[in-house]
Amino acid sequence: MTDALTALLQERDWLMADGATGTNLFNMGLGAGDAPELWNVDAPEKIRALYASAIDAGSDLFLTNTFGGNAARLKLHDAQSRVRELNRAGAEIGRELADKAGRPVVVAGSVGPTGEIMAPMGALTHAAAVEMFHEQAEGLKDGGADVLWLETISAPEEYRAAAEAFALAGMPWCGTMSFDTAGRTMMGMTSSDMVAMVEKLPNPPIAYGANCGVGASDLLRTVLGFAAQGSERPIISKGNAGIPKYVDGHIHYDGTPELMADYAVMARDCGATIIGGCCGTMPEHLEKMHEALSTRPRGPRPTLDEIAETLGGFSSASDGTGDDAGPARRRTRRRA
Amino acid sequence: MAWPMSDDDEEIILADLNDEELVQQMFDDLYDGLKEEIEESVHILLERGWEPYRILTEALVGGMTIVGNDFRDGILFVPEVLLAANAMKGGMAILKPLLIATGAPRMGKMVIGTVKGDIHDIGKNLVSMMMEGAGFEVVDLGINNAVEKYLEALETEQPDILGMSALLTTTMPYMKVVIDTMKEKGIRDDYIVLVGGAPLNEEFGRAIGADAYCRDAAVAVETAKQFVARKHNQGVAR
Repeated sequence: MTDALTALLQERDWLMADGATGTNLFNMGLGAGDAPELWNVDAPEKIRALYASAIDAGSDLFLTNTFGGNAARLKLHDAQSRVRELNRAGAEIGRELADKAGRPVVVAGSVGPTGEIMAPMGALTHAAAVEMFHEQAEGLKDGGADVLWLETISAPEEYRAAAEAFALAGMPWCGTMSFDTAGRTMMGMTSSDMVAMVEKLPNPPIAYGANCGVGASDLLRTVLGFAAQGSERPIISKGNAGIPKYVDGHIHYDGTPELMADYAVMARDCGATIIGGCCGTMPEHLEKMHEALSTRPRGPRPTLDEIAETLGGFSSASDGTGDDAGPARRRTRRRA
Repeated sequence: MAWPMSDDDEEIILADLNDEELVQQMFDDLYDGLKEEIEESVHILLERGWEPYRILTEALVGGMTIVGNDFRDGILFVPEVLLAANAMKGGMAILKPLLIATGAPRMGKMVIGTVKGDIHDIGKNLVSMMMEGAGFEVVDLGINNAVEKYLEALETEQPDILGMSALLTTTMPYMKVVIDTMKEKGIRDDYIVLVGGAPLNEEFGRAIGADAYCRDAAVAVETAKQFVARKHNQGVAR
C-alpha cells in the first residue's frame, strides 16, 4: 500500500509542511523547562489548536508534538516510562484532525534527537539508540501517524540508528538534519555528505533535507548543496523564520511573513519539494508562504548572491562543499 | 621537517624523538585524538625531567590550542574535538597528582550549568569537555538550574568562572536573573561570568552584564584563559 505522503507526492510537485512547534506552544502558555509532549495527554485541546493552525494555513503535512518523545529526553522530566503513551496520544490527535480536514493532510510523527553523544565519542551505543527510536516509532505508529519524521539531527550515526529503528517498526519516513555550524551539522557533516549517506541506507527515507540551523539563507545554501548531488529523492526545506534577536528584554525572530514567503518560493526554485518553517514560523508566516507557493511562478535556481540579497547574508563564507571547501586540516602522520 | 609525515609508513618511535620533535608530535597526536600516544609521550617527558606544569602548558595546552583554533575556523568539528579532549584527559590524568604535589599554578576552575527552564545540554557538555581538555577543573551542575543552585555552587566550589548556557530564546533572559542576584549579594565581581548558547550574541551578553559571550566551546576556552590570566595579573586572591 502506498503511504499518504508518497501518494501526495505523485500528484503534486510541491507540498507545504508546517511551522514552529515550540514557539507556538510557548505562546499558548507552555512553561519554560516543561516537556511539551506531556500536553498530548494533559492539554490535548492546545495540541489540537496547534495542529489545526497548520492545517488552516494550508499545510499539506504537519509534525506531531513528539519531538522530545524519546526515553533519553523524557527522562529529564522523569517520564521515560511514558514514551509509547505520549507518542501515541500526539499522533492520535493528529490523525483525528487530518481525517476531517476535507483534503489529504499527512500526519508526520516527529522524532527529534536523543541529545546524547554517540559512541565512541560519547556514551550512547548504536543498539541503545535504535531501541529508543524504535520505542518512539511504535507509539507514533499506534497513534496513526502516516509517516515518521526525523528532524534536527547532527550526527550521521544517530540518523542511521533512527533509520534502522523505523525499519523495525515497518514505517515509511522522512529525515532532516540541522546544518548550524559553518554550513555543516554540529558533527561536521556537509550537505553532500548527507546525500551520500541517505542513498546508502537499506531503507532510505521518502524525502530528506534540512531544518532549523541558522537562518533562511543558510538553509537554502544547504538545499542547493543537496540538489547539486543530482539525487531524484524529494528534498525537504524547513528553515527558521530569520534569526532570534534580543530586543528590550524580549526575544523575537526577525523573519517577517513576507520574508518567509520569499524564502518558500526560493526554496522551491532551489530544488526543494516539501517546504515549511521551523522555529519562529507562526500561522501568519505559513499563510503568506502558502499564498506565495500557490500564486508565484517557478523561476530559475537562485544563485547564492540572489539568496543573500533577498533573505540576508550567510553565517559562514563556505559550507564545506565544492571546490571552495574552506581551509585544510593540519597534516599529521595518521591522516593525509 | 625532522619528523615523518603521513605518507611515510615507518612507525614513529616516540622515545627516539628529541624534546622539540616530541612536542610537535604530541601536537599532531592530540589533533588526531590518539590517547595512548599522548600518555606515552607524557611519561617520556617526565622521565626526561620535564616539570609537570611545563608538559601541561607547552605540550598539552599548546596542542589543544591548535585543535581549538581549527574548531573555531570550521576545519575540525565536534567529533574530532571530543577525541582530542579525550586524549588530553589521558595526559592530564597522569599529570594531575604531580601538579598538585609540585604546587603548580592551576589553570582555573569553572562552575557550569544550563539555566532554569532549559533542558538542553549538548552545548554545555561540549564546553565542559573542552575546558577540561584545556586543563581547567570543571564542576557541571547539569540542566535546569535555578539561581539558588548557582549561588550554592559558587559558595562551595569557589570557582574562578561561572558559565551559563541556554538554547531557548525563552530561557536565555534567566541569565540576567542570576547575574542581577549576584549583584544584589555583592559577589558579581568576584567571578568571571561567561554565557553561551545558540540564540545568544555579544550584544545580549553585554546587555545582561556578563563578562563575555562565547560563540562556541573553543571561544569559551580562549576567553576563559584570557580572563583568568587578567585576574591573576590583577593579583586577586582566591
